[in-house]
Amino acid sequence: MSRVTIPIGPAHPSLKEPESFNITLEGERIFSAEVKLGYNHRGIEKAAEDRTYIQDIHLIERVCGICSHAHSTAFCMAVEEVAGVTVPPRAQHVRTLVAELERIHSHLLWLGVAGHEIGFDTLLMYTWRDREPVMDLLAMLTGNRVNYGINTLGGVRRDVTPEHLAQVAQVVDVLEQRTLYYAELAETDVTLRQRLSGVGHLSHDDAVRFGAVGPTGRASRIDRDTRRDDPYLAYGQVQFDVITDDHEDVLGRTRVRVKELLQAYRIIRQVIATMPDGPLTVKVPRKIRAGEAIVRYEAPRGENLHYVRANGTDRPERVKVRAPTLANTAAVAKMMEENYLADVPIIVAAIDPCFSCTDRALRVNADGASEVLSWRELRARGIERYRREGVDFGDLNARLSRQLSARKG
Amino acid sequence: MSSSLLSLVYVIALPGFLCVGGLAMQFLDRKVYARLQHRAGPPWFQPVADSLKLLTKEEIVPDGADALLFRAVPLVALTSAATAFFYVPLWGQHALFAFEGDLVVVLYLLTIPPLCFFLGGWFSTSLFATIGSVRTLTSLFAYEVPLFIALVGPAMLAGSWSLSGMTVYYAAHPLRPLANLLGFAVALVALLGKLEKAPFDIPEAETELAGGTLTEYSGKLLALFRMTLDVEAVVAAALLSAVFLPWGLGLWWPLAWALSAVKIVAVIALLALARTIFARMRLEQMVLFCWRWLAPAALVQLVITVVLNGVLPP
Amino acid sequence: MRWPGRMAGEVLRHATQKPNTVNYPAVKVEMPPAFRGKLRFHAARCVGCKLCQKDCPAGALAIEKVGEKRFQAVFQFDRCIYCAQCVDSCNKDALESTTEYELATLDRATLRVTYAPEPPPPPPAAEPAPAAPAAANDATPLPSAG
Repeated sequence: MSRVTIPIGPAHPSLKEPESFNITLEGERIFSAEVKLGYNHRGIEKAAEDRTYIQDIHLIERVCGICSHAHSTAFCMAVEEVAGVTVPPRAQHVRTLVAELERIHSHLLWLGVAGHEIGFDTLLMYTWRDREPVMDLLAMLTGNRVNYGINTLGGVRRDVTPEHLAQVAQVVDVLEQRTLYYAELAETDVTLRQRLSGVGHLSHDDAVRFGAVGPTGRASRIDRDTRRDDPYLAYGQVQFDVITDDHEDVLGRTRVRVKELLQAYRIIRQVIATMPDGPLTVKVPRKIRAGEAIVRYEAPRGENLHYVRANGTDRPERVKVRAPTLANTAAVAKMMEENYLADVPIIVAAIDPCFSCTDRALRVNADGASEVLSWRELRARGIERYRREGVDFGDLNARLSRQLSARKG
Repeated sequence: MSSSLLSLVYVIALPGFLCVGGLAMQFLDRKVYARLQHRAGPPWFQPVADSLKLLTKEEIVPDGADALLFRAVPLVALTSAATAFFYVPLWGQHALFAFEGDLVVVLYLLTIPPLCFFLGGWFSTSLFATIGSVRTLTSLFAYEVPLFIALVGPAMLAGSWSLSGMTVYYAAHPLRPLANLLGFAVALVALLGKLEKAPFDIPEAETELAGGTLTEYSGKLLALFRMTLDVEAVVAAALLSAVFLPWGLGLWWPLAWALSAVKIVAVIALLALARTIFARMRLEQMVLFCWRWLAPAALVQLVITVVLNGVLPP
Repeated sequence: MRWPGRMAGEVLRHATQKPNTVNYPAVKVEMPPAFRGKLRFHAARCVGCKLCQKDCPAGALAIEKVGEKRFQAVFQFDRCIYCAQCVDSCNKDALESTTEYELATLDRATLRVTYAPEPPPPPPAAEPAPAAPAAANDATPLPSAG
């Protein structure tokens, strides 16, 4: 049987964001997969160097839409660590509350997307319907449904009232019933199990080798969760379980995420019950003293790393973001082997990809030299590189216009 | 009016009526699907608006495709689906045209649209379309045999290969269609495959293949293909209700007509329910399911029919 | 044997309920009072410190002086990301978020909004005003802000 290579991406109906997966098929079975990243690169790290810390909070928050609070909080934590300030406990609790609400809405979104990828649109509609109360809660607490903007350097910008907390508790109670229903559905629905079980297998050793994080890694028995291993915000003061699963396939990742939802409800109840009084922010100077810090945060997709280096001015010298999807994407090519073409969307979706988070640029100079390229030189360098590979972009516009006029004439 | 002139009127008017009925059933299907998903659903004119929009868009024929065949295939599909309607009795015990063996002709005509989907995808010479067209054929191998066997059962019981003949027989023995209910269930499930609805909608799996067999079709041709699916749904639902639920066709023709409409609506609603509660199966899972469960169930129905044939008085 | 279609009961129960989606724009959804929508500027309270302009991540607002202790704000709502950082940065409560979120338009000019202060009260009419109080009203140049 001859081999066919089909391109899934960069633009494809199954991908919510552009990335390129080139799948080589033998019939309907996948022989190999090649992953190419970088289609969502926007130059955020460079842009962050041109803006003050206050402006950067909002910029870094917009790295991603679903895990926006993860990025914004991690950045604030890094800057606060460099500046040497301690955030007051009430602000830590509010940040934790929003973080767990974000985890809930992200996992419910993932359940819906997984349903959509396997053709089960009903699951999509129901889980996204259940997600709406969470979005309304976040709008009530923070002022927006995504990109919450609750963080500021040294604490949070808004307070939560007891009425707000009562509403949160109500919604959490309803959602717990719904989540238990989805857990039961994942276990018992035959068509769902047929599509999820045995698909996208990633053994424990492979997961460790590729550095899988978050629910993807925990579904392959990697027992790591930054909230427990390196407690931050208020996680040191609440009880919760770290969910691992030994299925090592997409069904395992589903079970991990559904159970993490239940743990998130548990954490929120504790956060509400132990909300301390006190100030919401601590003063942080505009100019941050020189220093660097690295911060780990457990985003819904896994371990999120932020590095900030300050140099005494009011702008950071370097900001680096390592999103969890970057760590998980390497494992995707391995997961796809020995599966069917029909499983490609669900395998990609199972790592809960957020390619907006992922695409950062890394400049590696082997000999330590550095150079500054103008825009024109950079463009010429790109054209030359592709010409060496046999693709000529050099006079593409001229050629296209020649073809068009030839066709018309 | 002479009977040949009446036939001519029917032949010209009926396909238009079928298209309107097809759009109405598409609306019903989408509305039931939406309401079951706790959504509001589209307004009643949505299928009409979609078809009109497609008719006004540009048709793009791929370079590598044979232009004549690429354009002809949707038309052939729609025509064969509409022609099958002439033999289904809906407002009386006799359809517009009836003869011994018209059941086989109807089944044959209903097999042509999936073949046209395959040809359309094949002529597109696009990667996604080729894979989709191969999947269409593979799923045809899966659901076609149970569907045929399930539809042959009632014919064997009635001792007639004509749909109209079967209707006459069942009008005389109103309790005997109950023996065919297993075949009805099998035919409903197999119909999901023919109409490319979940759980058997692999050929047009949008999340995997970006459109499957219909990837390269646009404009009027896509409108024709979509209309084929709608008309096929109406014709197949009418066929199922005439074969398995043949009660009430002896009444005065407007009443029989209304009753048939109710039956068709019920079948379409059942198909919409099935679309809602099942996830999409992979191709090999679908083939395994159809050959492991569906075909044996149809054979069981056939055995029941044979036994009853020997036992019951004619 | 496990039958497929586990969701059938749930789904059929919802068929008779009122749908969860609304027919926007015939039916509008109200945002909570704390929603960060379009900004409003109270020119009377502004003192021209321009902290909001400095802290804006998108460069969406500019404070211009139009007279003695009178400032206007020029907003570019197509650049604004509705983060309300300016609202927090202002020490005089001159900026607030409204809940207006339907800002899509076909004409970009409608998104360039200038909030000007109220025109100054007319000077006291035709009295022989003593020179000294009038001199006290002369504008001393404000220290340049920023």
